[in-house]
Amino acid sequence: MSARESFFAEAAKRILITDGAFGTEIQNWKLAEEDYAGTLGLSHEQKGNNDILALTKPEVPEAIHRAYFEAGADIAETNTFSANRISQADYGAEHLVREINVASAQLARRLADEYQAKDGRPRFVAGAIGPTNKTLSLSPDVNDPGYREIDWDTLVDVYKEQAAALVEGGADFILIETVFDTLNAKAGIMAVKQLEADLGREVPIMLSMTLTDLSGRNLSGHTVEAFWHAVRHAKPVTVGLNCSFGATQLRPHVKALSEIADTLIMIYPNAGLPNELGAYDEMPDTTAGFVKEWAIAGQVNVLGGCCGSTPAHIAAMAKVVAGVEPRKVPVLEPVTRLAGLEPFIMAA
Amino acid sequence: MTATPSSARFVNIGERTNVTGSAKFKKLIMAGDYPAAIEVARQQVENGAQVIDVNMDEGLLDAVHAMTTYLKLIAAEPDIARVPVMVDSSKWEVIEAGLKCVSGKPIVNSISMKEGEEPFLAQARKCMAYGAAVVVMAFDETGQADTKERKVEICTRAYKLLTGIGFPPEDIIFDPNVFAVATGIEEHDRYALDFIEAVKEIREACPHVHFSGGLSNLSFSFRGNETVRRAMHSVFLYYAIPAGLDMAIVNAGQLDVYDQIDPALRDACEDVILMRRPDATERLIELAESFKGKSVAEEKAAEEWRGYPVAKRIEHALVKGLDAWIVEDTEEMRAATAEAGGRPIEVIEGPLMDGMNVVGDLFGSGKMFLPQVVKSARVMKKAVAHLIPFIEAEKDANSKAKGRIIMATVKGDVHDIGKNIVGVVLQCNGYEVIDLGVMVPWSKILDTAKEEQVDIIGLSGLITPSLDEMVTVAEEMQRAEMTIPLLIGGATTSKVHTALRIDPAYEGTVVHVLDASRAVGVASQLLSDTQAEGFKASVAIDYEKVRIAREGKGQSDLLPIADARANAFAPDFAQKAPAPVKPGLHVFEDWDLADLVETFDWTPFFRAWELAGTYPAILDDEVVGESARNLFADAKAMLEKIISEKWLAAKGVCAFWPAHREGDDVLLEDGTRLPFLRQQFKKSRGRANFCLSDFVDTENDWLGGFAVGIHGIDPHLERFKAGHDDYSDILLKALADRFAEAFAERLHQHVRTTLWGYAPDEQFTNEALIREEYRGIRPAPGYPACPDHSLKPILFDLLKATDNAGIVLTESQAMLPTAAVSGFYFAHPESQYFGVARIGRDQLEDYAGRRGVELQTAERWLRPNLD
Repeated sequence: MSARESFFAEAAKRILITDGAFGTEIQNWKLAEEDYAGTLGLSHEQKGNNDILALTKPEVPEAIHRAYFEAGADIAETNTFSANRISQADYGAEHLVREINVASAQLARRLADEYQAKDGRPRFVAGAIGPTNKTLSLSPDVNDPGYREIDWDTLVDVYKEQAAALVEGGADFILIETVFDTLNAKAGIMAVKQLEADLGREVPIMLSMTLTDLSGRNLSGHTVEAFWHAVRHAKPVTVGLNCSFGATQLRPHVKALSEIADTLIMIYPNAGLPNELGAYDEMPDTTAGFVKEWAIAGQVNVLGGCCGSTPAHIAAMAKVVAGVEPRKVPVLEPVTRLAGLEPFIMAA
Repeated sequence: MTATPSSARFVNIGERTNVTGSAKFKKLIMAGDYPAAIEVARQQVENGAQVIDVNMDEGLLDAVHAMTTYLKLIAAEPDIARVPVMVDSSKWEVIEAGLKCVSGKPIVNSISMKEGEEPFLAQARKCMAYGAAVVVMAFDETGQADTKERKVEICTRAYKLLTGIGFPPEDIIFDPNVFAVATGIEEHDRYALDFIEAVKEIREACPHVHFSGGLSNLSFSFRGNETVRRAMHSVFLYYAIPAGLDMAIVNAGQLDVYDQIDPALRDACEDVILMRRPDATERLIELAESFKGKSVAEEKAAEEWRGYPVAKRIEHALVKGLDAWIVEDTEEMRAATAEAGGRPIEVIEGPLMDGMNVVGDLFGSGKMFLPQVVKSARVMKKAVAHLIPFIEAEKDANSKAKGRIIMATVKGDVHDIGKNIVGVVLQCNGYEVIDLGVMVPWSKILDTAKEEQVDIIGLSGLITPSLDEMVTVAEEMQRAEMTIPLLIGGATTSKVHTALRIDPAYEGTVVHVLDASRAVGVASQLLSDTQAEGFKASVAIDYEKVRIAREGKGQSDLLPIADARANAFAPDFAQKAPAPVKPGLHVFEDWDLADLVETFDWTPFFRAWELAGTYPAILDDEVVGESARNLFADAKAMLEKIISEKWLAAKGVCAFWPAHREGDDVLLEDGTRLPFLRQQFKKSRGRANFCLSDFVDTENDWLGGFAVGIHGIDPHLERFKAGHDDYSDILLKALADRFAEAFAERLHQHVRTTLWGYAPDEQFTNEALIREEYRGIRPAPGYPACPDHSLKPILFDLLKATDNAGIVLTESQAMLPTAAVSGFYFAHPESQYFGVARIGRDQLEDYAGRRGVELQTAERWLRPNLD
């Protein structure tokens, strides 16, 4: 069975659980510069470069992956959110992109296989690709709305380099997450399509959008429906939302997406909204209570956590959705789904 | 799938943004006038185009450059970008360049089998990878399909090829070629009819596909005669749509309603299109002459807002992000302002800032989103740019910048709209702004500050990690021993965070600036020779208050209780209040209600009704003023009845007892021990760790206590309830609460001036009373300074409050009647309110011992103050 097939087979049985935040968990280790830098001899300060820990202090991501598997996760998302050439350039580590991603994916793969061997329940590895800090749709210069900091072809190459390394390391899926710019996501999809052509096999995609305002749009201005129309050609195994706000604020958008997406829905919200001090303080049972409503309403297939979530949040979610019927993937009529910032449907 | 407002059976595709279809658009693009060219797209969308066709195929143009430039500019215009784009070119390289700029799901127009199957399928695969629907021209290796048979043959062949590679059939749009009719050439006569019939047949053979056509070709022979062309297009659509045509490239503003076309013209057009008679062409040409030159329905309608007053126009332009007229309008506003004796800066401070405030509100409430705000900022900048020369000219020759300010978005953050707006506003007000841009590391900020000898540093950030980075900048400024003020702004920043995290990191002044409108006030005070010291001091006090109110909620370290006690507050007991003039217990059976109304603090009354604002200003508030006025009138009317009909009775009791401090306890003469709690969080800048007992001397001092309640409400509430009158019910409860608070305030005043009498001559207005400007405090058990509710029974026993004021306590120490207030009186002039906040285990254990209760009991009452 291909990864896609076995994932759909598992998702037909129950609501699957993906993992939670890495960043806030890594903070708990209170790592110092030397922990991050290791013996790589890089010219820049590495503190805060969470992804490089795969090379310099792999016991940290390993412990976190373990904690999430112990909490009941079916999916491990690799600790590679910023392991792309653009973000790593800030740390002078762009030449290590392949190594970081291969090592991260290998680590997640090894642990996934270990846990799967223990209880026979399939575990999956999602190679996480963040949006980078550059945007294809927006100008950083208010006075020059036509200016772009990056172009499509460059971004496709950046994503492709990372995706190839993640697949090489053993990732089952490429998770294009925290999509604040829909065009960036489309470049990510193109990168994976090119990789598929190179490898001669399917590399299933997961897509996760992040909303930046309460009207339910991402930073490039797309509504949830418009986003789905714009990326549906990726035939993703999952589409969903992550980060953004807490579960309460996401509720209407989860519902909207679940009604129109003819694939699995994966939602991993933040642990509430940050308080005035920028910290997340929603309790595990609270978050779990919110996501349980979606589960019962038949709106989700995969649940997990983003910023501020902990293994305790994941365990609480796994507990409350156990035994709840997973969402059934709807069959859509073949109508033309176009999109600007808003969706547009041409009736058949 | 149900039809939504954004779905349609027939799709109008805007064609005016096509250099081959619009001479005006072509001229604008050739001249590089992109702002005006963008307006063309906006008009089309406003006129109802559901998709806009963009075509830059002109020999003298770099089509790739023009296409990508235009598409990127459109992406910044949410009014336009909300609809899908049709990327239109005969060159694949132009189409592909366009696809790299379009973020939604566009339509490619077009591909065909002109060069054979392989290139056709290669392009189709790319369209799939980019996520685009595609228009397929009925064109093959031998040429364009003209007859019905050829159209059907080519389209069905293309359909098989495309579905064979997995192309979704619903994403295929066939264009079976609309050719010109009524050309005088006989072979052309069937073109319209062939098109219509071919569509019917292909639709049968190829499920889920759509059909499109370029209408302007149809009427090509009537160029210059718009009336006839419009009629021909409308008639063609009238017959082609039922056949299956579901999209057409058409100027949405230039279609006639079929029923409203001149009947003679309509018949003549139908004859041509449906080939109803051999002489159809001649007849239409003849008739056409009479319609020549008749200009039709004008395009002015959409411009209604141009008729608004100028200030309103500016607001409209800002909210909609329209910059086409902003310079003109700004100039009109400036001229009018000058006429009225005003200064150019007033245009910024007035209408422009008003407009930006509307934008801010809409954004905050989710009715606008970020790209629109960016656009609005641009309009703002254009307006300001126009005004700057006038502002410069106004300055006298010797004037120099009021100060030099660095603005930077901190490392790790790319958001700079707010920062830019603040920068603009500061510049407009005569400050020199050095904008370091986004993602600025602290080192660059500090280096620039030193090199340029700036007066203020302003930091901005939108995402949460920026908060930490701001702390880092503050720490580094401290390390560099800088003293200049630091301004903090941006969406996630808050006064609380600034006070708790940033301010303590830097000895210089740190100010959180809530929004752009405050920036100038803050900067001018900070750089003023006369106001700077006072302003800095007031900010410091303000933030200290925030820290006091917030601490304990955070994770700050606690001092051991012994250390906290060592840092106790030590007032000057030489200043302590004298013994009460009238010691002992004082009972007030029925305080005059009319007297209490004088002391009402109305602001919380409005807040109880969820009307935000301060009394009396709230009565004139633009938004809630009317509601507030109506409510206030109703309240006044009810008050009159309460007083004249004696609905309520105010009962109270107060007493004074000789007392002295013993550690953190206050001991009364009769042996009653009142244990209090001490602040335990780490204090900065020499602030003490307060405890209420600190305000009482170790010997020869006094403590007071009081309880007041408002009685008699129940029969009236029952009456309202019986009459289903919730409004009066809530109104009366809210007024009873006001009476209780007013009674507490009024009694305290009576105590100060008469009973205790330590301030016999004080004269305060009601406003000053509300601001608690008087000497002494009256903290209540269960409130921040004295968080243990379980002190209430001790107080009540001392006052015999149940007998004397009719107030009883529930098991959880709530007071009945509900409209009641109780507390202690501390008279020392330095006594002040504070919050105990989080306390440690050590104090809890110590407190339980002093209170003489089990640890668990103490823990239960003080839970909110524990970790």
